[in-house]
Amino acid sequence: MKAARKFPQVPQEARAFTWRLAWVVILLAGGAGAVLYRAVDLQYLNQEFLADRGDARVMRVQKILAHRGSIVDRFGELLAVSTPVDAVLVNPRELLEDYENIRLLAGALHREPEWLKRRLAGGADRQGLPLNILLEPGQSLRLKQLNIPGVFTERKYRRYYPAGEVTGHVLGFNNLDDHGQEGLELGYDEALGGEDGAKRVQRDNLGRNVKDIASIRAARPGAVLESSIDLRIQYLAYRALKAAVTEHHAVSGSVVVVDVDTGEILAMVNQPAFNPNDRSQFDVAHYRNRAALDLIEPGSVVKPFVVAAAFQAGTLSPQTVIDTNPGTLVFGRYTIRDHENYGRITPVQILAKSSNIGIIKIALAQRPEDIWSVYTGVGFGQGPASGFPGETAGLLPPLKDWRPLAVKSLAFGYGLSMTPMQLVSAYATLASGGIRRPLTFRRVSTSVPGERVINEAVAHSVVNILETVVSEDGTARRAAIEGYRVSGKTGTAQINISGGYDNNGYVATFAGMVPASKPRLAAVVVISAPQGAHHGGDVSAPVFAEIMSGAVRLMGIPPDNLAGIEPGALLQANAP
Amino acid sequence: MYEDWQFSRTQRAFSSSGEWLKRFHLDSLLLTGIGLLMLYGLFVLYSAAGENVRLWQGQIVRFVLALGIMVILAQVPPQWIRRVSPALYVIGVGLLVLVAVLGDIGKGAQRWLDLGFIRFQPSELMKLAVPLTCAWWLHERPIPPSVRDLGILLLIIGVPAGLIAEQPDLGTAILVSAAGVFVVLLGGLPWRIIATSTGLLAMAVPVGWHFMHDYQRQRVMTLLDPMQDPLGAGYHIIQSQIAIGSGGVFGKGWTNGSQAQLEFLPERSTDFIFAVVGEELGLLGQALLLILYACVIGRALFMALDARDTFGRLAGGSIALTFAVYVVVNAGMVSGILPVVGVPLPLFSYGGTSAVTLLAGFGILLSIYSHRKLVR
Repeated sequence: MKAARKFPQVPQEARAFTWRLAWVVILLAGGAGAVLYRAVDLQYLNQEFLADRGDARVMRVQKILAHRGSIVDRFGELLAVSTPVDAVLVNPRELLEDYENIRLLAGALHREPEWLKRRLAGGADRQGLPLNILLEPGQSLRLKQLNIPGVFTERKYRRYYPAGEVTGHVLGFNNLDDHGQEGLELGYDEALGGEDGAKRVQRDNLGRNVKDIASIRAARPGAVLESSIDLRIQYLAYRALKAAVTEHHAVSGSVVVVDVDTGEILAMVNQPAFNPNDRSQFDVAHYRNRAALDLIEPGSVVKPFVVAAAFQAGTLSPQTVIDTNPGTLVFGRYTIRDHENYGRITPVQILAKSSNIGIIKIALAQRPEDIWSVYTGVGFGQGPASGFPGETAGLLPPLKDWRPLAVKSLAFGYGLSMTPMQLVSAYATLASGGIRRPLTFRRVSTSVPGERVINEAVAHSVVNILETVVSEDGTARRAAIEGYRVSGKTGTAQINISGGYDNNGYVATFAGMVPASKPRLAAVVVISAPQGAHHGGDVSAPVFAEIMSGAVRLMGIPPDNLAGIEPGALLQANAP
Repeated sequence: MYEDWQFSRTQRAFSSSGEWLKRFHLDSLLLTGIGLLMLYGLFVLYSAAGENVRLWQGQIVRFVLALGIMVILAQVPPQWIRRVSPALYVIGVGLLVLVAVLGDIGKGAQRWLDLGFIRFQPSELMKLAVPLTCAWWLHERPIPPSVRDLGILLLIIGVPAGLIAEQPDLGTAILVSAAGVFVVLLGGLPWRIIATSTGLLAMAVPVGWHFMHDYQRQRVMTLLDPMQDPLGAGYHIIQSQIAIGSGGVFGKGWTNGSQAQLEFLPERSTDFIFAVVGEELGLLGQALLLILYACVIGRALFMALDARDTFGRLAGGSIALTFAVYVVVNAGMVSGILPVVGVPLPLFSYGGTSAVTLLAGFGILLSIYSHRKLVR
């Protein structure tokens, strides 16, 4: 009613204006209607499709890294540990906008701004360019506090090996994805690695994680590996071996120390060594674990097992006299010599002097299978001694090939091959009274029954005879330890090079056990290609003595040879 | 008179503070609408700006400044405004030429004049100067305008619009032309001329295409088929459609829009803020926004209807309608039914001088309304 009265009163011009305005408003209302229709179209009719498209842009499934288990020594000392670090990622496009920010970031990372600029230019089209720089949590926090746009971090774990080079070969190392590549890291990779989890995350357009939406699977952290290693003995062995290899200008060397009662490996070192914390040192010549991988022809260190076989067969006794005149023996093209003509001697002297003629005569008097069964019994030519990754088995000719010529060389340690690990396993078997226990890198808390492979009396008898090797009359005087009785055997073998023998290259070996009255520790020292002195008794025996004299005290093994020692001398020797 | 009395009563019924506001030439209904829009805008901007409080405070400062200018302009009698309009227009065109020359020297697009303490965009001034000058020209002339008058009006609109389009700032050029054309339309353009020019305009499209910048052509092509170049030209439209669509009827919740918050949506706090409304507050949020706009525009149109003279009617009507064009063009481009041109969402988009220009326009409208004729 109001409008009806209103319009007739307004002038014609104003009325026309109103109509025109109405038309324009209708036009614009049409536009608004189109917008509204579009909103319904997008938000109601196509909502699901567009929501999916949106989710596809922001939702990602991300791995939750499982914390890798530590490796500890037998007393819980950390040998390998994973610590959280932050990897630095940048968004080059955002960072390149302001040189001041580049300078700031370079300063925080202790790099040159120009270096950083080149890196950024190299990946300018990437959204999350990793700089391959890992920061400790403290450094990372400082970086975050700088709040530089386009810089973000991603949590990772980095493996640290506190003992560095000392435990390098035992532990091995991991690849960049934190999976074991060598050593115990590889051998126990599955248990150490745990299981990565997964979560659904929201990720922004710069590739940063913004929010955790849901956990799909929790990460299962890896287990702690309690190794059998005794870090103190490991240090001793590392130091002694390194000094000897340096002193003799040798190519390489290995030491393995074993607990006789359990088969636990207490120490295993090699030279040359590498530091697992430094990837630039990762070349195969350095990280090769020679103790487990390298095959050597053992030489004279196998002679005790021939004697043991003869004792066990009942064809030999410690008092049997064997004629080694004239100190040489000709077999076809070969002439075998002793160091000198020892004349008529007993098996005790044969081992003490390492008479080749004597041991050959003993061996030829035996049935081949008797020696063969002792050799295989202590593990020669058998499967790996411990299951260490890459460990090789060595070679022992099958029984049918044991013709007299072969028996002769096999008797003094040629024609068969083994790793230092296999050798130490054989000596640990002898030391334990003939019971073979598999070597292990894991700490053993229960007693290990093992398997008897040599008659107990025979084993004890051979161990006793081997004490003379370390006496004034033997080849390994320098293996002696004050206060302890030591049994052992030297070996000096020519290095086998492609079918022949190197006249100048020798492998100097000493394998032994302590204390001889009831052996607790067995060890093997192998030093390859020493210059100058090359006899096992001169090169390797002193290394054995140095390591073992420390080890028996560290382990609190009571001395068994106090005769002839001045009161107080032991105390002095005990002093560090 | 009877009519007048009835109107005053209505006014009192709407607002108890109406009398007090009236003394300052203000209108309670319009102010309420603008205030609600500003609050809603600040609410959305807080989220769209990534909870950046400093940016948010900047917008508040801008709003306060704009409101001040509006209140001041409301006190100025409309005839004064009418008299200064041509001068304002001449100064504005002069500045546009200056900016173009400086831009040539600086080799590149130039829209700003740096006055040291403030950066001033002459094209913003033209959003008001053009409709005011058109209204001034038609004020004392017979309506409907003669062909000669129409020619002059065409020049008044065309010169600044051309200069602005050359900057290139197509969005502002469209707004400036729209403001001028609305005055001419409301001033009584004969229907046959409207029909003829619409036809001519349709025929001019291919010619216009020829004169368009490459990036402008690209925008049109993108509107027709955004997936043609999803990571390049189509990126804005695809991302904003996903943002709006994924919000659904009720939205993902304030500050929870993944497209907007995770930097997928470009220009989320400025030109594309409408998509943030759609994503976080849903269809309902968008509908509420459009209703608020409709209320403000509706009130502004009714105020223009009550203007005392031709100048007031034409200028006021144009101001109200231009505000509507802002809304329709921005919402249309963000939801992908119009090509992308740089038109902000009024009182929502962050930055620029658009809030100041818009409220200055409302200030003029308030001045026109408070000096309305007492007899219809």
